[in-house]
Amino acid sequence: MTATAPAIWIILPISIGAFLLFIRNARAVSIIGGSLAVLLALSAQFIPIESALRFGNLSLKIDTSITVLGRVLLIEPAEGSLLALIYAGAALWFFGSLAASHSVRVVSMGFIITGLMVAALSVQPFLYAALFIEMAILIAIPMLTSIYAPPGKGIVRFLIYQTLAMPFILLAGWLLAGVEASPGDLALAAQSASVLGLGFAFLLAIFPLYNWIPMLMEEASPFTVGFLLWILPTITIIFGAGFLDRYSWIRSSPQLALALQTAGLLMVATGGLWAAFQRHLGRIMAFGAIAETGFSILALSLDSKLGIPILFLLIPARTLTLALWSLALTIIKENSEAMRFGSTRGILRITPFAATGIVLATLSTGAFPLLASFPARLALWENLSRASLGAGLWMGVGIAGLLMSAFRSLAVVAMADEYTSWKPKENPTQRVMLTLGMIGLFILGVFPQVAQFFLSELPLMFEHLGR
Amino acid sequence: MPALAWVAVGIIVITSAGLLIVRDWRTSIILLAVQYLAMFILLLSHLPLGMASVKVVAGWMSSAILGMTRSDLKADDADETLWPRGRLFRLFAAGMVGMIVMGATPTANDIMANAGMAVTAGGLLLVGLGLLHLGITSQILRVTQGLLTVIAGFEIIYSAVESSALVVALLAVINLGLALVGSYLMIASQPRESETL
Repeated sequence: MTATAPAIWIILPISIGAFLLFIRNARAVSIIGGSLAVLLALSAQFIPIESALRFGNLSLKIDTSITVLGRVLLIEPAEGSLLALIYAGAALWFFGSLAASHSVRVVSMGFIITGLMVAALSVQPFLYAALFIEMAILIAIPMLTSIYAPPGKGIVRFLIYQTLAMPFILLAGWLLAGVEASPGDLALAAQSASVLGLGFAFLLAIFPLYNWIPMLMEEASPFTVGFLLWILPTITIIFGAGFLDRYSWIRSSPQLALALQTAGLLMVATGGLWAAFQRHLGRIMAFGAIAETGFSILALSLDSKLGIPILFLLIPARTLTLALWSLALTIIKENSEAMRFGSTRGILRITPFAATGIVLATLSTGAFPLLASFPARLALWENLSRASLGAGLWMGVGIAGLLMSAFRSLAVVAMADEYTSWKPKENPTQRVMLTLGMIGLFILGVFPQVAQFFLSELPLMFEHLGR
Repeated sequence: MPALAWVAVGIIVITSAGLLIVRDWRTSIILLAVQYLAMFILLLSHLPLGMASVKVVAGWMSSAILGMTRSDLKADDADETLWPRGRLFRLFAAGMVGMIVMGATPTANDIMANAGMAVTAGGLLLVGLGLLHLGITSQILRVTQGLLTVIAGFEIIYSAVESSALVVALLAVINLGLALVGSYLMIASQPRESETL
């Protein structure tokens, strides 16, 4: 018996997502979606691709590729751990939707988006990935906004900016092939690098193209936006690393490290500083997510032997932190008029678990010791400072801003009027989910080696990077 | 054929500048549909008839989706006071984009494997005027038309270097998806009467 990896981890999830759209019971959708995502993650981690498995008389072999309209969707055996990481992360959101009301569309459309993003990583030639990413963006629009409420400017900007990325990436792919054919043509190399840079600047929302993120956090459900802020940059960064792996002239260019470092520092420093001065819990998360992407870009700017393992180490922490943060914000939004500081003052006494979750997630993003992001941030900071002391200082500025925003959030949520009694309104499911998330933050912070089970094999998916 | 291609470029100039200027949604949908016809003529320089037809049919279907959705909605009274509304200003801006395109076409033509001056000029015009459109509007219908225009321009240029069936199919899906998303957002942004009435 044979199956193909793209059918299992691309076509099946998209079909599951389409099927779940027709189920009305939100609880059933969350449980079915979460369980299936866990199943997909476990199968990706433990079932070997392209080697036969024997069950008595039966033999199962998963082939690596299928052909669609003359092009190939290819999932290499080394990519199993990455798929496990992606689907395990998706499962966090799908189970989390049990506790986040009005977020059930995250499961059905989230499955479709996850399938399309995996397709983006596996399509050959790989530059066609931009088309799959654009399809995921289009699916994300009905997930972000209800047909019964007018869309805000953030959603329209999200659509415009992400759509504009596609032509740049496709053109860059073609130009890069031209550079490979005539490596001496410096003008063509500069043009293709510029077009590629513009494409990724739109896709990753690199400074100053990230203004849609805070707007979106104000307009849409934090849980839904959190899912997108996790999956889109995570897959795009890996897709970008694929470009570096494929084209040796980009990889060996001294300007590349400088460009990545500058872009990453701009995102970390502006994200951190802007977060420190916000008076809206949602916007603080938006700038935290921007800084998170900045940290990933900084990891790519390092020598790949050091940078690639750090890049992968950042992913589980980012996943858990954003999941906890967005769930906690959703619960706070349900229980207060708005997410502005004025409305959330003293909310700790109404939603103690969610308020604690927000503070811990913000602290984790700011590399607070013993929390999930600390080990990866520490490794990144140490290596970045070795490469450039100035860059290390700017990263410090961003981290200081993020920590300041965490302490400001703590002060606001804890600042209740005197003699205000505790009236917790979170339901048991929300408490359990938030508690599990907070415990997870500590486990990843204190025992970062637990993530190595997924991460150790990941650099093998690249031919040159990380070797 | 080259003469026909330049006629198509002329049509593109009229339709894309027209899209910037006209305020009536019906006219703008008709202009968008005509624009796809001009795009079809330019695509024939590099793509077989079948593939070029897929693109033009997808474009017409997108126009139809937008038109049908808009026809069911009440008049949009949203006034774009923030943006320059004068037709003269928009024409001037379109002229500036046209001049930039004229200057950039020979270089872009060299980069794009000598796609043809008419093909490159037509594609760049659509991209430039589509971007201008996106820059001066916040209405959902116009934003969608702007995005479709940019993508149409890109498709013309890209057809010179890539004629894969998968890319043509996915770009057609993206065009239709954009129109559907635009329709969804148009319906969502429609003011609603109170349900208690």
